[in-house]
Amino acid sequence: MPLLSVESLHSGYASGHGILRAVDGVSFHIDKGETLGLVGESGCGKSTLGKALLRLVPSSQGTIRLDGTDITRLSRRALRPHRRRMQMVFQDPFGSLNPRQTVHSLLDTALKVHGLGDRDERRRLAAEIVQRVGLPASSLTRFPHEFSGGQRQRIGIARALVLQPELIVCDEPVSALDVSIQAQILNLLVDLKCDLGLSYLFISHDLSVVRYFADRVLVMYLGRIVESADHASLWRAPRHPYTRALIEAVPSTAPERRRIAGAIAGDLPSAVQVPAGCRFRSRCPLADERCAHQEPALRQVAAGHAVACHFAEPAPFQNIEPQPRKTL
Amino acid sequence: MSVSPPTLSPAPSIAMSTGEPEANHLSRRRLPRAILRNPTALAGLLILLTFVALAVFAGVLYPQDPLDMVGAPLLWPGQDPEFLLGTDSMGRDVAAGLAHGARASLLVGAISAVIGLFIGTLVGAIGGYFGGVVDDLLVRLTEFFQTIPTMLLAIVIVAIAEPSIGMISLAIGVGSWPTIARLTRAQFRSLREADFVMAARSLGYGDARIIFREILPNALAPIIVTASVMVASAVLTESALSFLGMGDPNVVSWGNMIANGRELLRTAWYLTALPGGAISLAVLSLNLVGDGLNDVLNPRQRGE
Repeated sequence: MPLLSVESLHSGYASGHGILRAVDGVSFHIDKGETLGLVGESGCGKSTLGKALLRLVPSSQGTIRLDGTDITRLSRRALRPHRRRMQMVFQDPFGSLNPRQTVHSLLDTALKVHGLGDRDERRRLAAEIVQRVGLPASSLTRFPHEFSGGQRQRIGIARALVLQPELIVCDEPVSALDVSIQAQILNLLVDLKCDLGLSYLFISHDLSVVRYFADRVLVMYLGRIVESADHASLWRAPRHPYTRALIEAVPSTAPERRRIAGAIAGDLPSAVQVPAGCRFRSRCPLADERCAHQEPALRQVAAGHAVACHFAEPAPFQNIEPQPRKTL
Repeated sequence: MSVSPPTLSPAPSIAMSTGEPEANHLSRRRLPRAILRNPTALAGLLILLTFVALAVFAGVLYPQDPLDMVGAPLLWPGQDPEFLLGTDSMGRDVAAGLAHGARASLLVGAISAVIGLFIGTLVGAIGGYFGGVVDDLLVRLTEFFQTIPTMLLAIVIVAIAEPSIGMISLAIGVGSWPTIARLTRAQFRSLREADFVMAARSLGYGDARIIFREILPNALAPIIVTASVMVASAVLTESALSFLGMGDPNVVSWGNMIANGRELLRTAWYLTALPGGAISLAVLSLNLVGDGLNDVLNPRQRGE
């Protein structure tokens, strides 16, 4: 049984012009010990999806199952024990820590709310977790503003870990950090995963980060999954033109490398008035008559590889040269 | 893990850099120092502390009842060294009246601000945090109270109940909470979407803990600034009430000192000028402290 399984999840916001469908029918699962990457450009709904999984924003339809238990409509009280099992690391290391609380209080409160340990036990746990994420135990008495961005993100990770969760949703955890710090944080996440047997949903718009990190990748466009594949085949043979464009957009170390004609241009269409037919057709170099009328369903094209494009088979693109893996 | 990062070293334990903290941030310990460095705030604070000291030690400095006749009537300030600020038409010591009046004014100001803060923060926090129907109802309630002038409400309440310090404070507090409620609501509406609140919710914190421990401490700065201005306007309202003779008749207040001196304005103007000056100075000092707090607590709004 997968650790987390999501079926046709919908989530949105009421806006002035109608309902903004940020997540519009998404299904996927995460196995134990797996890192699932979720990529897409800004505004495609990936953060909302991450928050909907943790019940931080409401879902209008669909189900979220954690280890077989449907948590989509649990009451606050009934949800609390499940909260322990799923935590989140946020993008902004400045906004995600309460500036008025010391590191100790940030960690201690979480343990207290869940009734874990007495005073001394909690103190020991907090010290342990802080050292585990690579900060000295003396950090406990300090306030978040006394730390650098990378250190704060470590505190954010410590807070996510303190309840010993099984799944961590990382919402762009390194995109607000310097490149040199990004590698440290990513390595920390890899180490923690190996040591603690964690699963991750790793949300990012940066393919070079996801490439380094994820076992399997979901590509999201305007609230829907357009391609889902294991790490290797996605990079070797992307089937969806959007995925292809995203991969093309990763800065290359070989500038003379051929680029596809008509690479993605323009902006994401409005999620309030979703275009009829294929959502990507307004920006797609391959779009034709059929795409305007019929929305392509996400369908299996190879083992573990699903694509939502009418032109997915046979593979429309010749294989691109596998690039040497980027070193961060 | 299918990916191994051969080129990356294992996560190093980062040595703690004691690098400079953010310039904008003020910890609790540095707040007093920041106020001391701000000349207007410092001036306001000194004047205010003088009044507070006067109010606290009024009983020691002038142990007699300030309503007692103690000397010849209508002595000008300086005329008799025993009555430094002179006496009024009934031979009461003006200096004693000012000291005891400070007690009444500041007490009313403080109590009404506390009442206004309590109601306003609670209403604003609940409305802003929960939103929806609860918020709609509380906003209507706030608007309803906001349409009633504080002065009018205070007059009505004091006219119905007996005019005591407590009742006057309550009346002013009940009339002035909508400002605080609207401010608090706006703060909560923006902060409830903040990442650290999301984190608190994902950790399973209860609503009360999120409202009072997570959001409120971060929403407090503008509320404190507004509260100091609220004290100032409460002092003014109290003076106006007692000027109209609706204050507590057994307590000396700056307002009723002015009312009593009003008829002698042409012959003994000091009887109105002295308590009037005290009111102005007290209100000014509270506004200066409010401005200073605003500069210190909201550094981004500081004039460029």
